[in-house]
Amino acid sequence: MLAEHSPAPSHAAALDPVALDAAAKAALAGLAGKVLGNRDRLAIPSQDMPTQDPEVRVTNMEEVALGYSAAQAMLEADRCLSCRNAPCVAGCPVAIDIPGFLGHAAKGEFAEALAVIRESSLLPAVCGRVCPQESQCQERCTVGKSLKTVEKAVAIGRVERFVADLERLEGRSIVPAIAAPTGKKVAIIGSGPAGVSAAADLRKAGHDVTIFEAFQRPGGVLIYGIPEFRLPKAIVDRELEGLRAMGVAIETNFLVGRTRKLEALLKEDGFDAAFIGSGAGLPTFMDIPGENLVGVFSANEYLTRSNLMKAYARGKAATPIWEAGTVAVLGGGNVAMDSARTARRLGASKVYVLYRRTRAEMPARAEEVGHAMEEGIEFRFLENASRVIGDELGRVKAIETQRFELGEPDASGRRRPVLVKGSESTLPVDAVIVAIGNSSSPLIPQTTSGLAVDDKGRIKVDANGMTSIDGVYAGGDIVLGAATVILAMGEGRRAAASINARLAGR
Amino acid sequence: MNRILEKRQLSAEVFRMTFDAPNIARERRAGQFLIIQLDTQVGERIPLTIADADAVKGSVTIIFQAVGETTHRLAEFKVGDEIRNVLGPLGQPTHIKNFGRALCVGGGIGAAPLHPIAQALKAAGNEVSIVIGARNKELLIMEEEMRRISSDLTIVTDDGSAGRKALVTAPLKEACEGPKPPDIVVAIGPPVMMKFCAETTRPFGVHTVVSLNTIMIDGTGMCGGCRVTVGGQTKFVCVDGPEFDGHKVDFDNMILRLGAYKPQEKEAHHRCHLDLNIAGEVR
Ligand SMILES: Cc1cc2nc3c(=O)[nH]c(=O)nc-3n(C[C@H](O)[C@H](O)[C@H](O)COP(=O)(O)OP(=O)(O)OC[C@H]3O[C@@H](n4cnc5c(N)ncnc54)[C@H](O)[C@@H]3O)c2cc1C
Ligand code: SF4
Ligand code: FES
Repeated sequence: MLAEHSPAPSHAAALDPVALDAAAKAALAGLAGKVLGNRDRLAIPSQDMPTQDPEVRVTNMEEVALGYSAAQAMLEADRCLSCRNAPCVAGCPVAIDIPGFLGHAAKGEFAEALAVIRESSLLPAVCGRVCPQESQCQERCTVGKSLKTVEKAVAIGRVERFVADLERLEGRSIVPAIAAPTGKKVAIIGSGPAGVSAAADLRKAGHDVTIFEAFQRPGGVLIYGIPEFRLPKAIVDRELEGLRAMGVAIETNFLVGRTRKLEALLKEDGFDAAFIGSGAGLPTFMDIPGENLVGVFSANEYLTRSNLMKAYARGKAATPIWEAGTVAVLGGGNVAMDSARTARRLGASKVYVLYRRTRAEMPARAEEVGHAMEEGIEFRFLENASRVIGDELGRVKAIETQRFELGEPDASGRRRPVLVKGSESTLPVDAVIVAIGNSSSPLIPQTTSGLAVDDKGRIKVDANGMTSIDGVYAGGDIVLGAATVILAMGEGRRAAASINARLAGR
Repeated sequence: MNRILEKRQLSAEVFRMTFDAPNIARERRAGQFLIIQLDTQVGERIPLTIADADAVKGSVTIIFQAVGETTHRLAEFKVGDEIRNVLGPLGQPTHIKNFGRALCVGGGIGAAPLHPIAQALKAAGNEVSIVIGARNKELLIMEEEMRRISSDLTIVTDDGSAGRKALVTAPLKEACEGPKPPDIVVAIGPPVMMKFCAETTRPFGVHTVVSLNTIMIDGTGMCGGCRVTVGGQTKFVCVDGPEFDGHKVDFDNMILRLGAYKPQEKEAHHRCHLDLNIAGEVR
């Protein structure tokens, strides 16, 4: 942690939790008793997130962002103008009443604020941390627009995180009311955000709900993909404990399609409906020479080894992880950021991120890109690997890279990267992590007759979230392709509402 | 679940264990495997082939060699103990039909996964011959079980302490050259052995199926850690395999990839032998 007397660089000192809290308290005291007009609100300084010092945090796996203090949360919430048309709400995939919860938070009514969020979202502590707010609610925020940068928008996600964390830290837990048993059984496949959200809503309606999860631990990407330093696993575990407390059964080590076919669950095991939330599947590789050399990993493998199998706990975990001093990560999304930052923490002294376009086009959350840069990750924009070069033992020793320029915009409006001929150069590295996306897992469609998928293997659903099989619903990444936590949650809830309506009529 | 019902030591480092796993016992087909993990937080996930299963009793049998940290610890488990995490059955079942003459070749521990396949080939009407080999007599397993499937059983050892002093490729080559060459060969064992079996049959054009045992994590097609090059294309052993056309597998690359964590594993193996007192040498 930051010692107050240490000659910390200005950046780190600026993000010290004690200093930020003190400043917020002073500002709050100055506002006390005043009736705030919009001008006053716009003049309130936006609250920075206290963070671990970059030099310290690359040596540990602990969370980078430390969270607001109560004073910071109240002050940040005070910045909200309570716009009548609330553009932020339209930007939220689950339409949380944002001015409503910020209004409570500004008054220090944190439990009430959380209750407002929970009307629409089931995983506030998670979403407050991982949602791409800058392209959702905060992108549309009037404050950001007035101050001419989305960075100055009300930090909705940070306040959301604060109120959710407070509940956890104070040990308050509210198990929602469960309706009388209906005698109906619903199977949920996968325990990621989609499955977990569907399970909660179905259980509340009084159905008997079982989640089937292939891994030894439930949570989906929240457990095996997103690293501890961004989303502590204790937070995910607590959400799952909440589900269990509601009476949801979770069967781990159960791969639907292999351990039991979906059809058998419905026809023989008495499930009245099913929801498939099996997530994104097979990692996509670059299809370049040398990609199967020793030391080339998919991000899924690298992150799963570290997060789920705890390979970072060397000496304790049985699963090994590749030791590398110089690592190249290919890709520009959250998965690439997580891989690069994990590699740094596992001891790589040099980590490159190669991305074919520029920072502006990167799909990763802006905060993660910023954090990665602070941690010394070197971004090589407009560059990509064209070949992996091995040593005599078949281990990675370098990559050949090519440069790109941005050309004309394509159909999606993004400027297309165009290869610069003859721009090959060699970059010595001893590991390559490929983070360029996933295709859908074919397992459930292959083992379930009559389940329709699109040309990319994603399960097709109608407006109610139902698949081509009556009574079988799907949502999340298996339907959307690689998407986001909040969209997966929204899809889970939509399907649950359809299933609840369906089962109520029987 | 996963409670151990029977345990037997087959040779210095090889163990046979039966545990209750009704779902897996009901669904599994020859050629499939499972993944076990002894500790939910810090255990590694390792693939093991299903050597046998009893759908009525709901039990599954595995045969494993104590080579790594997990298999060493598993070897210390007793009847009545529970294996924390077992996932399966995984992978594509063996393609079984009446090919005519089938020659099954098992090297070392590979005789265990070979057994259910030989059984299924026999049941499908094939004329089954079997070759099993090991470094020495002590390491030879499944002899009786294999004899029950076929009287045409050839035993070979590297040192001649049992059966012929030869590598499995010697009788394999003779069979291919003989008057009644096999219509299909199934070869399962260490990667180098499978590689040489494939090389032996290649000139004769005898279709040769191998079962690959790569490093795995999830076993469900999510991580890509199990990938191999087959016919110039990347395949995932856990979902596309574990069986492939031996003439198309890039064994050299697979062997390199299998060795990726050798230094770390060797150290773990050493530790296991010190801590757990299982007889055996560090290879
Ligand atoms: C490294 C990484 C970082 C990310 N960062 C962000 C971020 O910052 N913000 C954000 O919003 N999104 C992020 N995402 C995306 C987000 O995590 C996903 O969109 C979301 O988790 C999808 O939820 P899901 O419920 O559809 O599937 P998943 O979370 O993938 O869960 C699916 C679960 O189903 C299980 N399963 C699959 N098949 C079967 C079967 N046949 N039987 C039983 N169980 C099965 C899987 O084991 C898994 O546990 C990230 C993704 C990754 C990989
Ligand atoms: S857009 Fe911004 S200022 Fe307006 S209600 Fe939403 S959070 Fe508040
Ligand atoms: S073991 Fe992960 S994809 Fe095969």
